[in-house]
Amino acid sequence: MQLRDWELDLLRVLQKDSRLTYEDLSKMLQVTKEEVEETVTRMEKDHILVRYNSVVDWSKVEGHEGVTAMIDVKVAPKRGVGFDEVAQRIYRYKEVKSVYLMSGAYDLSVTVEGRTMNEVANFVSDKLSTIDSVLSTTTHFQLKKYKHDGTIFGDYEEDKRIVVSP
Amino acid sequence: MTTKTSYVSKSVEKLKPSGIRKFFDLAAGMEGVISLGVGEPDFVTSWTVREAAILSLEQGYTSYTANAGLFDLRKRIADYMNSRYQLTYDPAHEIIVTVGASQALDISLRALVDQGDEVIIVEPGFVSYVPLVELAGGVAVTVKTKPENGFNLTAEELEAAITDKTKAVLLCSPNNPTGSVLEKDDLIELAEVIKRHDLAVLSDEIYSELAYDADHVSIASLEGMRDRTIVINGFSKGFAMTGWRLGYICAPVEIAQALLKIHQYAMMCASTPAQFAAIEALDKGMEDVTEMKRSYRHRRHYFVDSLNEIGLECHTPGGAFYAFPSIRKTGLSSEEFAEKLLLEEKVAVVPGNVFGKGGEGFIRCSYASSMEQLQEAVKRLKRFVENHSN
Ligand SMILES: Cc1ncc(COP(=O)(O)O)c(C=O)c1O
Repeated sequence: MQLRDWELDLLRVLQKDSRLTYEDLSKMLQVTKEEVEETVTRMEKDHILVRYNSVVDWSKVEGHEGVTAMIDVKVAPKRGVGFDEVAQRIYRYKEVKSVYLMSGAYDLSVTVEGRTMNEVANFVSDKLSTIDSVLSTTTHFQLKKYKHDGTIFGDYEEDKRIVVSP
Repeated sequence: MTTKTSYVSKSVEKLKPSGIRKFFDLAAGMEGVISLGVGEPDFVTSWTVREAAILSLEQGYTSYTANAGLFDLRKRIADYMNSRYQLTYDPAHEIIVTVGASQALDISLRALVDQGDEVIIVEPGFVSYVPLVELAGGVAVTVKTKPENGFNLTAEELEAAITDKTKAVLLCSPNNPTGSVLEKDDLIELAEVIKRHDLAVLSDEIYSELAYDADHVSIASLEGMRDRTIVINGFSKGFAMTGWRLGYICAPVEIAQALLKIHQYAMMCASTPAQFAAIEALDKGMEDVTEMKRSYRHRRHYFVDSLNEIGLECHTPGGAFYAFPSIRKTGLSSEEFAEKLLLEEKVAVVPGNVFGKGGEGFIRCSYASSMEQLQEAVKRLKRFVENHSN
């Protein structure tokens, strides 16, 4: 879809901060509030604006347990449907957070989240590796998140500028 | 024994301390202040640029460079001036790398001005202009610009300020503190007057990367202007590199060589790691500049519209990252406004009068702050204006 300049800007601004009000957005982009509202609604309908997310650093929340694993999956592609069918079978599980088709040493990159390592291990052995066309899996557990989706985790850098300057 | 009253020279004794200093001291001790008082980007220098400086140090580039700066850097500056502003300078003889635009201004004025020469300065304008002219032995003739002209100097106003002592005009576009931009048509009219009176021009273009509505035009690119113009630019604002202290001068060979004499005796050369960083900035940094500019533009619109809504009437600044609203509605002087606002609402701004008498009745607010901070600042300003309007 061909977007106008201000609509591109709208997406850029929302991607950084989806909590801005229609009023603030209308000022920032110099269009009316109605235009913003209409465009947001249209983009939501067209699945350009897919979801408004909060990025949470769970490691800071006491008592929160959870593990994330990235699994390299080798697949025998099926005639006619290639990798799509097996990818669909995999992404339907709610434990699966993302699935990408990759070039190189393996075919699918699957991200899985579970409460414990055991839970993830069970998912891999019971569900994932038993799918017909899955040839092999290699599981990597994440140890620490430094940067996620463009956001650096950890303590935010504070403003180092002096309060008043020329 | 006779006692001297002071060892300090008369020319320095005469200088007034910057009005910005006072507000800095006032705000420095306070906690929880939202600052709209800063004259610098809220971005950190791009990592690739920082990394280039680190690499140069690792490789042991720790000695002086040529007086005029690393030749590689001057070549890049020449290319940049050419592609961005349609100006051709010879990197070997017409470009000098300086310690910020600040040093560039200082040596340019010293090179142009003889005792008693007049230099025309636009008011409101950057705080160093008048003192630097005076330190160079010149006389600063200030011309007050009007909000209804978007704080731009008109050809008539310029003409009226010229005397037979006038040597040069100092222009700054986009402007600090007003954000005003001299567009091509304005510049053509000014250039006519300047040529007719055979004046030199000092063109401070440090905010050239931050012109939002029209591409920046350098007055030196107009017909008959290159040979009388000293273009001053640098990396502080557009590339978010204020702390690196790196600027440059582009000038016709005769002037550039005169400037180089002062520069080599006073400064030797600019800092070496900063020069390596600047090469990287010109090679790889332009994408980040575009991104930063886009972000300032959004915040400009948000902030200026909000100011107008709460009754602080403000023209839309075409460049830099300052809004310069009128505070007339409150009946307070700019100093009173800034001081009360800081004490009552903990928002730091700079009173307009520190940029010359022409700035009285206005305040300078920098919108180079996060949207969150701007939203909170707008809330506090609104409350303040409501409490102080009759
Ligand atoms: C108009 C103007 N000129 C020059 C400078 C000085 O810039 P630099 O950091 O390159 O010395 C500033 C900084 O605030 C400025 O606003």
